[in-house]
Amino acid sequence: MELKTKIHAEDGKQELTITREFELPVELLFKAYEDADIVAQWMSTKVVRLENKKSGSWQFDTSDEKGNVVFTASGVYHEFVPNKKITRTFEMGNAPFDVQLEFLEFESLGEDNSKLTMQIVYRSGALRDQMLKLPFRQGLNMAHDRLQEVVNKLK
Amino acid sequence: MLLASQAMTAGSIASNFNTARPTVSKHLAILTECELLEQQQNGREIYYHLNPNKMKEIADFIEPFRKLWDDRFNKLEDIMKAYKPKK
Repeated sequence: MELKTKIHAEDGKQELTITREFELPVELLFKAYEDADIVAQWMSTKVVRLENKKSGSWQFDTSDEKGNVVFTASGVYHEFVPNKKITRTFEMGNAPFDVQLEFLEFESLGEDNSKLTMQIVYRSGALRDQMLKLPFRQGLNMAHDRLQEVVNKLK
Repeated sequence: MLLASQAMTAGSIASNFNTARPTVSKHLAILTECELLEQQQNGREIYYHLNPNKMKEIADFIEPFRKLWDDRFNKLEDIMKAYKPKK
């Protein structure tokens, strides 16, 4: 089966590209990036700020079940062209990672289909690889935590 | 892609590309060094074949990142399919 979301990360480069085709008109796809309530739903986060304009800023805070903020991300818009393009910076709060630059291109593929191309540029190739590995590590950590739980129950 | 079905010599691999033979050899040497390809001596010829374990390792390394975005985008798609504009 063809994968819907594809990652293109060439060896040694300091960028990567994520592409995804949606069974949605491009207007609805863009709306999912424009409307704070909708962003909050699919990103599972709290949208603190979403100023959809050039030089506008954005901030998302993600909390655990107890309400403690565990993850925060913010940045600035450089371009905000409805149904076409968003250029923005992205920076994780309380993390040793340098800011990254993101180019999001929205493309109509007919009445009911659209495509998103997201190019992310990092400060270095090493940082890109680190960011790529992050979910891999989180997956491992979750597996280890789960293992620990199981082992604890055996004690 | 060529090597997915069979082991091949550098010469037969090069004949499939519009690239000079030394360039192809250089690429093969790099891929071999990264353990993506394995060499097998057969008489005077060296055959190259894919190392499936290494290929899988590389795919697995990116997979959790891809899955993270795939899950987000699936959610986005579901939400927007059900979306009714407020009038």
